Amino acid sequence: MKNNNKNEKNNPQITGIMYFFSFLFVCLILYMGYFVYSDKEMLINNAYNPRQAMLAEKVIRGTIYSKNNEVLAETKVSKNNVETRVYPYENLFAHVIGFSSNGRMGVESNENYHLITSDIPVDEKLQNEIKGIKNPGNSVVTTLDVDLQQVLSDALGVYKGAAIAIEPSTGKILAMVSKPDFDPNEIPEKWEDIIHDDSSTVLLNRVTQGLYPPGSTFKMMTALEYIRENPDNYTNYHYDCNGKFTLGDSSIQCYHRTAHGALDLKSSFAKSCNSSFANIGTNLDYGKFQDTLDSLLFNQKLPVSFNTKQSSIAVSPDTDPKDMMQMAIGQGATQMTPLHLAMITQAVANQGTLMIPYMVDHVLDANQNIVNQYEPSNYGMLMTTEEASILQSYMEEVVHSGTGKKLSGLSYTAAGKTGSAEYNGVKEDSHAWFTGYAPVRNPEIVVTIILEGAGSGGDYAVPIAKRIFNAYFKE
Amino acid sequence: MVWYIKEFSKYGMVVFAILYTYEAFAVFRYEEPETKNGIYIRQGILLFLIHVTGFVTIYVSQKEPDILYLFLGIFELVVLFSVMVLARAIYTKVNRLIVNNMCMLLSIGFIILARISLTKAVSQFKIVIVSLIIGMAIPYFVHKIRLFKYLTWIYAMVGIAALTIVLLVGAVTNGSKISYRILGYTFQPSEFVKILYVFLIASLLYESDRFIHIVISAVLAGAHVIILVLSRDLGSALIFFVVYVCLIFIATKNYIYLILGIFAGCTAAMGAYHFFSHVQVRVQAWQDPWNDIAGTGYQITQSLFAMGTGGWFGLGLGQGTPSSIPFVESDFVFSAVAEEMGLLFAICLLLICLSCFIMFMKIASQLRDAFYRYIAAGLGIIYIFQVFLTVGGGTKFIPLTGVTLPFISYGGSSILTTIIMFFIIQGLYMIRYDEQVQQTKSMKKLQKKK
Repeated sequence: MKNNNKNEKNNPQITGIMYFFSFLFVCLILYMGYFVYSDKEMLINNAYNPRQAMLAEKVIRGTIYSKNNEVLAETKVSKNNVETRVYPYENLFAHVIGFSSNGRMGVESNENYHLITSDIPVDEKLQNEIKGIKNPGNSVVTTLDVDLQQVLSDALGVYKGAAIAIEPSTGKILAMVSKPDFDPNEIPEKWEDIIHDDSSTVLLNRVTQGLYPPGSTFKMMTALEYIRENPDNYTNYHYDCNGKFTLGDSSIQCYHRTAHGALDLKSSFAKSCNSSFANIGTNLDYGKFQDTLDSLLFNQKLPVSFNTKQSSIAVSPDTDPKDMMQMAIGQGATQMTPLHLAMITQAVANQGTLMIPYMVDHVLDANQNIVNQYEPSNYGMLMTTEEASILQSYMEEVVHSGTGKKLSGLSYTAAGKTGSAEYNGVKEDSHAWFTGYAPVRNPEIVVTIILEGAGSGGDYAVPIAKRIFNAYFKE
Repeated sequence: MVWYIKEFSKYGMVVFAILYTYEAFAVFRYEEPETKNGIYIRQGILLFLIHVTGFVTIYVSQKEPDILYLFLGIFELVVLFSVMVLARAIYTKVNRLIVNNMCMLLSIGFIILARISLTKAVSQFKIVIVSLIIGMAIPYFVHKIRLFKYLTWIYAMVGIAALTIVLLVGAVTNGSKISYRILGYTFQPSEFVKILYVFLIASLLYESDRFIHIVISAVLAGAHVIILVLSRDLGSALIFFVVYVCLIFIATKNYIYLILGIFAGCTAAMGAYHFFSHVQVRVQAWQDPWNDIAGTGYQITQSLFAMGTGGWFGLGLGQGTPSSIPFVESDFVFSAVAEEMGLLFAICLLLICLSCFIMFMKIASQLRDAFYRYIAAGLGIIYIFQVFLTVGGGTKFIPLTGVTLPFISYGGSSILTTIIMFFIIQGLYMIRYDEQVQQTKSMKKLQKKK
């Protein structure tokens, strides 16, 4: 040996490498345990996982209930073991409950894992195995109210559009309707027609997937930003409206070119004065406005457990003031889902705190034991309590003296904001919006409505909100 | 009855595997692993139980049970137990933990392959028999022939030549040139070259850690790695690189080389990401496979589905759909094990691999002759890093590199190489024993003189 010290026995480097790889393996094992523990349902529920069909073969799909235990979807087994999925309310819950025959959507998709899992005790499973019958799947109890769902559906009537009702203190979705709708019982027969008709949007859940210009309802965000930038003197805001706001060679007109006269911030909001808000918008700090809109969940996935589209808005410190003029009144390239607007309204009604909307209350096994209880979950504050109470007073003023007057003088009190969102660049074509809540003290229900191409929010959406509130408060 | 068997096997196999794994680590409490007879007998019994439960479950869960499964299972069991007995009969000093772990891992591989495809299981079984016969002779040569230290340039030439031939004329599999066919058999030379490569590095470094030796070794190691990168066999390239860095560190005991190695590795990785589109695809599929679930993310998401659906105890053998994962029998066999036998069983599998590695490294640190010490450490690192790459890749812990899981994956080159590696370690274990005997003799002489 040329170099004898190489052959000594002690070699801490080998031990070090041994510990290093052992440590890597511990990390790997912890990671695997974590993802199987935390992502199991998501992995099984994924539409690309071929194992769903395999699990479904061993279990009779569970039942879906309303909050008062009316059956919304169930699987009936005939004498010769043919299983049929039955939706007793037909079109009424089309989008929100969905279907599971040709692909899946709605609660049928989100809760698929629970519906095809059976949590009955092992001895009962054994008995079923011996008898050669399938195990009964778990059932899902939703937060949906059949009566209110019916009211929303009737109120929308023949309009294309969407309506959603949420309990702001918990985030429970009480009703969710999208029109046009379909009968999930007929999906297997009509599937080919539906998917081959490119112009049909019948399967689209407009509440969660529909993207619309927010129109004047967006003035909630513009007003909030103005209050944030001028916390001490926002009440001193003054503007003289002559029906038109001009910046360089472009201008904005108020609805029907109404000249609103002398306005402060509150009356600008209540009367939904476009000129005044264009004036406010162009003078905002665009960078700060961008931060505010980010915190209000624009341009990001909404924190809900079901599929939604992202609302989009293009604002940056470099935004052209002419674009900001449009943006401040909810026109231009801005697009929002009705659900997103409802969530912002929820936060206003709930002193700034957003409770994450959900529609499944709990999961039961076939013996009525609770398998999974979903609790209300707090997303956090979208705005401070003070900001929320200012916006509340503004939305009350809308009902008191502004575009939402049709909701005043009733047995309950209401607050809200209307919108008439122009589309196709044509003044006469506008979507009618309303988003609001009732009663004004301790709000019990948030309602957001959009009627496609109906006209102004005050004329068309507010009466529908009134029908919904009336039914809820048994007026 | 069938239901009972399925349910029993689901939980029983997990319990057996946990007990086996416990024993595989309990061994380390003792200084002389070959003396712990009780542990090894219990491991043998548990191996028997796992193998029998596995094959009976596969047999009964068939729609039309095929008796061939039972025969295959019995023959395999006979072979595994023969190895355990013969290894001890032929060589008085064998490390029984390594023999047992090898047989246990082979058994798990037999079970999951029989589940996936009977034809593949049978052909794998034939390869294993041939490999074991070859392997059984290896400790003798390692122990007796002392020439291995001096074949540096032969290792280099054969290794580089074999890899170059694949690069030039190799068959393309999934975008990588990794194999060629001789006489109807497909060879994957990078598997065999791994062993030559470890011998090469060990023979260069055992004499001295003079700078010139390190430069020569770096050039030769770099040549191997570059050829592999050009063949797009990135998994093997990474293994070769990591082993080299570890061996240099062990030989020089100099942290500067370790830091240099890590730095060079990171630079090379970033360069590869920059210049090779297939590396970018892999990395993107790792970061967000859900984004392109039907395309680049397909393999990895299918693998995650399999494991997620299986859960802690698995769906039961024959109850899942492992074949929905592309290349399940080679690159993704771990996911199939996790899906049907459960994550707990799969974790035990990983820990058994780790138990082998720890034993390799213990043997390495006890060897006095540096050449053999580096070989033991090098083979151990190759083995454990390959397990880490394939399991980490299949679980989205790290980007996918496409290497096999030793002993479990289907593939002749991989099986033969791993069996040879394990028997080389047995040879080294015998050398270690000789060293210890000599040492005690010389100690006694010294004491007498005093």
